[in-house]
Amino acid sequence: MARDPEKAALALHRFGFGPRAGTIAAIAGDPQGALLSDLERPIAVNSGLPSSDAEFRAVFAFRAAKRAEARLMRTKATATGAHAMQGMMAAEADASPGALRETPLPQRVVLAEAGARIAAARDADIGFVERLVWFWSNHFCVSLNTSIMAGAYEREAIRPHVLGRFVDLLLAAESHPAMLIYLNDAQSIGPDSVAGINRGKGINENFAREILELHTLGVRTGYTQADVISFAKVMTGWSLRSPATDPDIGGRFVFNPYTHEPGAEMVLGKRYPEQGVAQGRAVLSDLAQNPATARHIATKLVVHFVADDPPAPLVNKLAQRFRDSGGDLKEVARTLITAPEAWLPQRRKVKRPGEWIIAALRATDQPGDVRRVVGAGALLGEPLWRPPAPKGFSDDNAAWLDGIGERLEIANAFAERLGPQLDSGAVLEAALGPLASTETQRAVRRAESRSQAITLALMSPEFLRR
Amino acid sequence: MPARLLGASRRALLLGSGALFAAAQLPRVAWADGRDPRFLVIVLRGALDGLAAVAPVGDPDWQELRGENALTLGGKAAALPLDAMFALNPAMPNFNRLYHSGRALVVHAVATPYRDRSHFDGQNVLQTGATKPGALDTGWLNRVASSLVRERGIDPNAKRSLAIGPVAPLIIRGPAPVLSWEAGRLPPVSDETTMRLLDLYRHTDAAFARILEDRIGIEAIVRAGGIDGGYKVGRPAMPQNGAARVRAYFADAAGAAGRFLATADGPRIAALGFDGWDTHVNEGPVTGRLGNLLGALDGAFDALATNMDDAAWRQTIVITVTEFGRTARINGSGGTDHGTATVALLAGGALKGGRVVADWPGLKDANLYQDRDLQPTTDLRAVLKGLLRDHLGIAERVLTSEIFPDSVAIKPIPGLVQA
Repeated sequence: MARDPEKAALALHRFGFGPRAGTIAAIAGDPQGALLSDLERPIAVNSGLPSSDAEFRAVFAFRAAKRAEARLMRTKATATGAHAMQGMMAAEADASPGALRETPLPQRVVLAEAGARIAAARDADIGFVERLVWFWSNHFCVSLNTSIMAGAYEREAIRPHVLGRFVDLLLAAESHPAMLIYLNDAQSIGPDSVAGINRGKGINENFAREILELHTLGVRTGYTQADVISFAKVMTGWSLRSPATDPDIGGRFVFNPYTHEPGAEMVLGKRYPEQGVAQGRAVLSDLAQNPATARHIATKLVVHFVADDPPAPLVNKLAQRFRDSGGDLKEVARTLITAPEAWLPQRRKVKRPGEWIIAALRATDQPGDVRRVVGAGALLGEPLWRPPAPKGFSDDNAAWLDGIGERLEIANAFAERLGPQLDSGAVLEAALGPLASTETQRAVRRAESRSQAITLALMSPEFLRR
Repeated sequence: MPARLLGASRRALLLGSGALFAAAQLPRVAWADGRDPRFLVIVLRGALDGLAAVAPVGDPDWQELRGENALTLGGKAAALPLDAMFALNPAMPNFNRLYHSGRALVVHAVATPYRDRSHFDGQNVLQTGATKPGALDTGWLNRVASSLVRERGIDPNAKRSLAIGPVAPLIIRGPAPVLSWEAGRLPPVSDETTMRLLDLYRHTDAAFARILEDRIGIEAIVRAGGIDGGYKVGRPAMPQNGAARVRAYFADAAGAAGRFLATADGPRIAALGFDGWDTHVNEGPVTGRLGNLLGALDGAFDALATNMDDAAWRQTIVITVTEFGRTARINGSGGTDHGTATVALLAGGALKGGRVVADWPGLKDANLYQDRDLQPTTDLRAVLKGLLRDHLGIAERVLTSEIFPDSVAIKPIPGLVQA
């Protein structure tokens, strides 16, 4: 097979996290085959981090202890005279800055999870599977604003299933405590359940609606308000153990029959008899097989990888494969990268901020400081695991184009710090290879400093687009 | 860093053509009557519970409907009376003050034409000005800017509209160029690097070139107009507490909008987006989550008013809009689910305020929309049309054909603006 470095560079940018030194040449013999074999490697799942429930309990205990400490302080302050006490505390704080400024536990948990995610993307040969992890994590997004488990959720519920069956991914995501908290299902109570009657409480529709609209069928695909309500009742009882009353296993999923709405429910014209937690699994399983879901997922994948305005033949191919394979996501990924429509040389998508940051680390062979990487994402409008809404971050170019000015600031700060040690010509070659335009090559070559050259390379249109 | 000392004229020189200030140098004939109106839209994403913001305390069914979540005129957290029927959430003392000095106004039981309950579709309708989701791909505020330039030869904002934040909201996206601004926290990029990158974009990528040109334009305003917070190194860190952070963010963003709008050659049309209104659980209308958000919004109104000089404030109208309201009743988890009608909050020196505009539908079960939501009786487009016609002078023909297509039947509400 003739070597095709241009297609290799395209493969790395469009389907992976961008080239590292030597990777364009390494896959130039068969770029498409390299992507296919990326799918056959084991997914890095266990990064040695604690389970989500262990993190949840630890942070719960940390915060509870903090509250107790604060309360104790207040009581003491009242007893001994508030002003004197405050004065003493302030003096202590000045005297031992090191001890007091230690990173608090919740932040450490997030940094460890972020570090594992960044390392997996940065160190991957190509990164196609990691891109799929990011895609699905955004599709089934949860937020750190509602639970500390968001990072572990991605490891536990998303990562192991991105090349498996969609129904397994769906079940893993919807039953994860991070999701049940995020979309309020943990507080949704069947009005005719034991707890509902005793406490006079009722359902919360949010979870059911977003599963239908965002996770499976897609908006305006025919479900009604009545379907939302019935489905919400089906999903009552999906909850988690309280870390306050269950110090050993708090934070794990539990099906609570006392809050589950009893009886059969009609969802999308089908009757689901009462079977406890299995009733919800049955509805989710049917949703996974619904043709509207296949189309919704296919469209989102094409919008993410190929174009805002997804070519219909490519969407049809993916939807067809999704249906024919029973939602086999590896098959769907294969279909995407073997379709000629996915390989058009025009690079119409602007890299999302996080993708661009990882690509910059890879091109410059930098490990990346976790805090800086996370901070840069936030400044560019894509704060890690804090999506603006359950729909996740946008995959439209329009949402990210305006942030180009902010990217320049990030690139500039990065290059001012590290640029002086880097060989800008080598960085440009590693990053773009044959994709570098003569204008970009000239601009980098003529730059007034190494830092400026690195800034220009990372901000070149060829590097911003994929 | 010597590059930071370069003045605006030097920047224009670097750009060569002078395109940077071309619009700003247009003769300021602007408005024939000598007015110079400013218009800011604040999009509250997530669906604001209008009944918790402005409560119908005079409605006999109110207290029963909301129970312990109902705002009332008595008790520790007494609502602030606006008129015989309505009272304002006590988290909003600044808005209350503006209201009683005739500089704020409330429209109640208002909704866009969208009647389903998806945030994303609802926001699409709200921001595109279409009657259904996905029908238009530009924002109505962007079309307002285009039409002003075209119809009246007015450049409403020195060529550009302004979006505050890292990502421009859809409402202001479209063919008319948009500036975006966000308080920077990084070391500044040298002019030289910016110009070289711009040169590269001009030869290779028109879309990026346009964005960078706009970016340079707004930085010039930041420096020339003395707008603070742009590129100060060592800016004080944001306070750590969640509610205080939201409050600081809202006030910062609104304050910046106020300063830009007040600048002599600054933009005249702007949009801001505030998230977080989707209060499904433990809504906390006074001291909880929603109370905090409303307090932050109240701070934003105050920051706007105090960051504008009197002359500019007298010519300003700001309106908050949201995709829909929330259920009239409280749900099983002390929150509210997606609903229909809500409130629009208006403030500004150009308003004929001190009133609640509402065709009140009532709160009995039979009055509720689909037996669950506040019934919409006013179309939000009627409010916006009234403002756009009487404040910005946009012809009804344009409003009906271009800004809000298919809205012939929706008449502008008259008398919202000072004569």
